[in-house]
Order: sequence, then C-alpha cells, then structure tokens
Amino acid sequence: MTTTTIGSPGTVFDAERVAVAPGASRVVSTLTIAGRTVKKFVRTPQLIVAGTAQGALFLLIFRYVFGGAVGHTGSLRYVDFLVPGFVATSVLFTGMGASAGIAEDLSLGLMDRLRSLPISRFSIIDANAWANTALTTLSLAITTAIGFAIGFRIHNGVGAALEAFGMCVVFGFAFCWLFVALGLFAGSPQAAQSLSFLVFPLTFVSSAYVPVSTMPGWMQAFANHQPITAMVNTVRILTEGHAAAAALGHSLNYYLPASLAWSALIVALAAPLAVLRLRR
Amino acid sequence: MTALVEARGLTKRFGRVTALEELDLSLPSGHIVAILGPNGAGKTTLVRTVATLLRPDAGSLSVAGHDVVREAHAVRRMIGLAGQSAAVEEMMTGRENLAMVARLYGQSRRSARAASVATLDRLGLSEAGDRLVKTYSGGMRRRLDLGASLVGSPRLLLLDEPTTGLDPRSRIELWDSIRALGEGGTDILLTTQYLDEADHLAALIVIIDGGKVVAQGSPAELKQRAGADVLDLHTREASTLARAADVLAELGIGTPSIDAETQRCSIDAPKGSGVLALVVRTLDDAGIDLEDITVRHPTLDEVFLKLTGTPAALSTEPDSAPDSGPVSDLLSDGHVA
Repeated sequence: MTTTTIGSPGTVFDAERVAVAPGASRVVSTLTIAGRTVKKFVRTPQLIVAGTAQGALFLLIFRYVFGGAVGHTGSLRYVDFLVPGFVATSVLFTGMGASAGIAEDLSLGLMDRLRSLPISRFSIIDANAWANTALTTLSLAITTAIGFAIGFRIHNGVGAALEAFGMCVVFGFAFCWLFVALGLFAGSPQAAQSLSFLVFPLTFVSSAYVPVSTMPGWMQAFANHQPITAMVNTVRILTEGHAAAAALGHSLNYYLPASLAWSALIVALAAPLAVLRLRR
Repeated sequence: MTALVEARGLTKRFGRVTALEELDLSLPSGHIVAILGPNGAGKTTLVRTVATLLRPDAGSLSVAGHDVVREAHAVRRMIGLAGQSAAVEEMMTGRENLAMVARLYGQSRRSARAASVATLDRLGLSEAGDRLVKTYSGGMRRRLDLGASLVGSPRLLLLDEPTTGLDPRSRIELWDSIRALGEGGTDILLTTQYLDEADHLAALIVIIDGGKVVAQGSPAELKQRAGADVLDLHTREASTLARAADVLAELGIGTPSIDAETQRCSIDAPKGSGVLALVVRTLDDAGIDLEDITVRHPTLDEVFLKLTGTPAALSTEPDSAPDSGPVSDLLSDGHVA
C-alpha cells in the first residue's frame, strides 16, 4: 500500500497515486463543520427575521400585558425585572434549534458522512455546540437591543452589564451542549422539536418572568433550586445592582457561583452523553 | 497480497434481528464489486460496518489490512462513503459542499478548492457548481453526493444503493460516472437490489441474503452456476401454448413454465442448443406452429431466484431473518463461494 499525500491540484485524480488522506486537525475540522452550520443559518434570513419578530412580540406582550398585573418587584420596575430574565432565557429558545438541526443531520445521512471521515468524532459535536453558541450570541444581542427599545435600563454600570451579557453567552453554550445531546438521542427532527419543549416548564417555573414569591410553596421549592433561576438572577443583579439583590433574597455571591456551577454541570453531563451516542 | 476488504465470521445484531451472520468475504482490489441482495439481506449493514459506522458484534473486518474497530481512523483515511440519501448541505453551493469535505480529508484550502472544481467537472456539474444545492434536482444531488465521497480521492469508494429513487435517465448518468471512476482505478464497493445495475457495473457480484454470502463471482460465472441455459418459445396461436408446455414436459428435460404476461413458455435447456432441434421436431410432430424460439443464458433475475429463493427486488420488508428456510438450504447445497 502506498502512502502518498494529496498532491498538487492537477494530480488529485491521478489513478496511479492511491491516496491515503491525512485527515483534518481538530481545529480545522471543528471550524469547517461549524462554518457550515453558521452559513446555513445566515443564508436563511427567514430564521433571523422570524426569530427577532417573535422575540419582540413576546417581550411586548410580557411588558404590557403581564406588566400591569405584576407591578414593581421591591423597588424594581417590571421592565427592569423582566428584560434580564427574558434575555437570559432566550438562549434556550434559540438553542433549541441545535436539537432539530443535529437530528436532521442524522436522519439525512450527513452525520454518517462526517463520521466516516478521518476526523475526530468529538469535533463533529463540538462544532455544532460552538456554531450554535455563536448564533445564540447573535440572537442575544438582538433581544437585548429590543429590551432597551421598550424601556429597559441598566443601573449598575456598563462593565457589570457586559459581564451579564458574557454570562448569558456562557449559559447559551451550556444549553447548546444540552440540545446537541438531545438532538442526537431524539431519533428524528420532529421528536427533537417536541423534546425541546421541555424548556417551557423550566423557563416559566423560574424567576424569569414573575417573582418566585408569587408561586405556591411547592412550586417555589422547584423554582428556587433550578438552573434558570440562578442564571436569571445573576444577570438581574449584574444589570440592576442593589435594587435587584434586595428583591431577590440572595446576593450575587450566591447566584453567580450557582449559575456557573449549573452551566458546568450541564456541559459535564451532556458532552460525554453526546460523545457516547456518536461512538455507538 | 492483502485483500482490499476481508471479513471473517462477521456478525452484527440489532436487538433480536441478526443483520450479518458469520459472514466471510474476501474482495480483491481493482474491480467494481456489487453486493446484491433483497431488502433486509444485510447489504447496508455490511457497508456501514466497512465504513466504521457500526461495530461488529463478532468476527473481524479489515480494509487493506486495517481492522475497522482497532484501526478505525486508518480505515477512514482510505474510504469515501455515499449513503442512501444525498448527504449534502442544501444551503451551500455544490462547490462549497465538496470543498468542505475535501478540507475534512485534510487538504489545504487551495487543493480543496481545486479538487472540488475537478470533481464537479468530472460529474458534469460544473455549471451548477456555484448554485445552492436546494436548486438541484434529485439526480444532481445524488451526483454531488457521489462527488463528496470521491473528492478526497479515496482508495475505496462505498456506495450504498447509489441509484435508488432516481429516474431512469439520472440512473444511467450515475452509472456512467461510476463506471468511469472504476476505469480510472478507484476501487468501488456498491450495494444494489437491482440485478441490471450489478450486471452493468460490476466485475464481481456478491449475493447476500439473510446476512450471509450466498454466492459470488463474475456476472457470467453466476449465470453459469445457476445452471442450465434457458429455451424460450412463443407459439403462433396463443391457444396452443399450454399444449406445447404439456408436450415438452413429456420430453423429460425439465419442467416448462409459462409466463402469462408475455405468452412465453420457458424450459431449462441443459445441453444448450442441442435441445433446440429436439424441441422444434417434437412441436412440429404435435402440429404446433412456432412464432419464435431462442436459447439463452439465464438472466441474473433467474440466478437470484435460484440462489436466494426470493424473487429479486420483490421482497419488501426485512423478512430475511437468519432462520428463513431457503437460504440455509442453499448453503448446505454448497452454493457458498
């Protein structure tokens, strides 16, 4: 068996040179596969327009329909309470796309092609998680802009606000891993879509849209001890400062480590499961 | 010399279904090889195992001497896979799709671009190369998918039912591409449930059924192995066809069969054309006028039926579980290659 590397363009199909491909490095394969996911998204403007419109619509509904009923939380205006929660949870709704996307790749055979190539199999899922994190970040920026447009203001300095945005990206990264793993296990894009709707109880039974104190006791127990509440409250305190901390029961020293720990835990569970599933 | 693909006792189960059962196979390099079998015979499982997508439950499988489990990465460096569906990205152009795969094979940006242009050209897709794949027809997608499997110049091309679902014209175009690749020196292993496809493309045909190899050989060898030549005749009056069959049955050279659709009577002709004179004389004596009469080699369809007990491409669902009778009978008859 001859071990030749791929030659210059003209000789690529030279039958005499039976090529053994070197295979792309981890970095190149991750970037190449992620590039495809990003291209696919950017070239489907409907996705961006529909996503933005949907975000704006829901934000307006919450702000003006529920806002009147909820009123102030402590000294915090509802819009300042809502927008951090809405922006932080938006990563779940954008990240959901990763599930359907990867399930589609599986059912259309694209995943088979990738798995038959001389690349690290980890880079296949890795690429999906990173690409979807990039898309989630884009959507975070748009949602934040809409938030400012309907009256949201920061009260804790620009530095802390940027930190809050960074935390949202971290949460997005964690949930993208979760959705990639879900997509691999779902079996079909439709199943992936339905599985993703599990995020609804998770987001609504949290401090994202209304204060947890308005819920029945048993529900509060869940709401206070799940990742979304920790994440949302971290963002809230980083953007709104003392007023938020006073209204929420715990300080940043509690929520920030808690939300980071949750993110780490999600990745630590989802990534090995995804790898295991792909090795099958 | 190491065989290109070598399987020993290869077994793969899915739950209670055994897809491959102690399959033995040794394929030489330098040919287009067709794996032929009905639905559920284990064709796709075999290809997916060669492509390192499935791990065997027992036995061994190697590609050019590299074990598909222990040296999976080395195997992946030599193969190109085109599965049953066109695995291409709709929202990228044909050229981008091919360049992406070439990059993943480890080519530099520049040679990936060159390889994608050359591959598009080779498959007659140059003009569509800069269009998004979502504008391609089904046939073009399949050709692009074939391109993606060969853009890395693999040593072994794996094509799983490459023409399934294509219209006749696209099918022939794809055949031309595959044949040209084979002539260009690429080893090709393809699966098909179409006998004509195997007959047209392959130098070596491996018939599998129930997860085992039932027979293998060149198309001509297989036709020979299935036995006698066949004598076909049409009578001038359709009404005398049944009587002709009765008369021939008495000759004791075989049991005539009548194909109602084509009004044709067929009978095994073990001594080839020697039987021809006898049949003509006998029918003449019986006063039956002939329209035409021919002696021919059996078609692959007939070979297939004889070897597997299943008419080709007729069996629908995976009913070829390992314990289905006719195959095991055949195996004990010594039909294993």
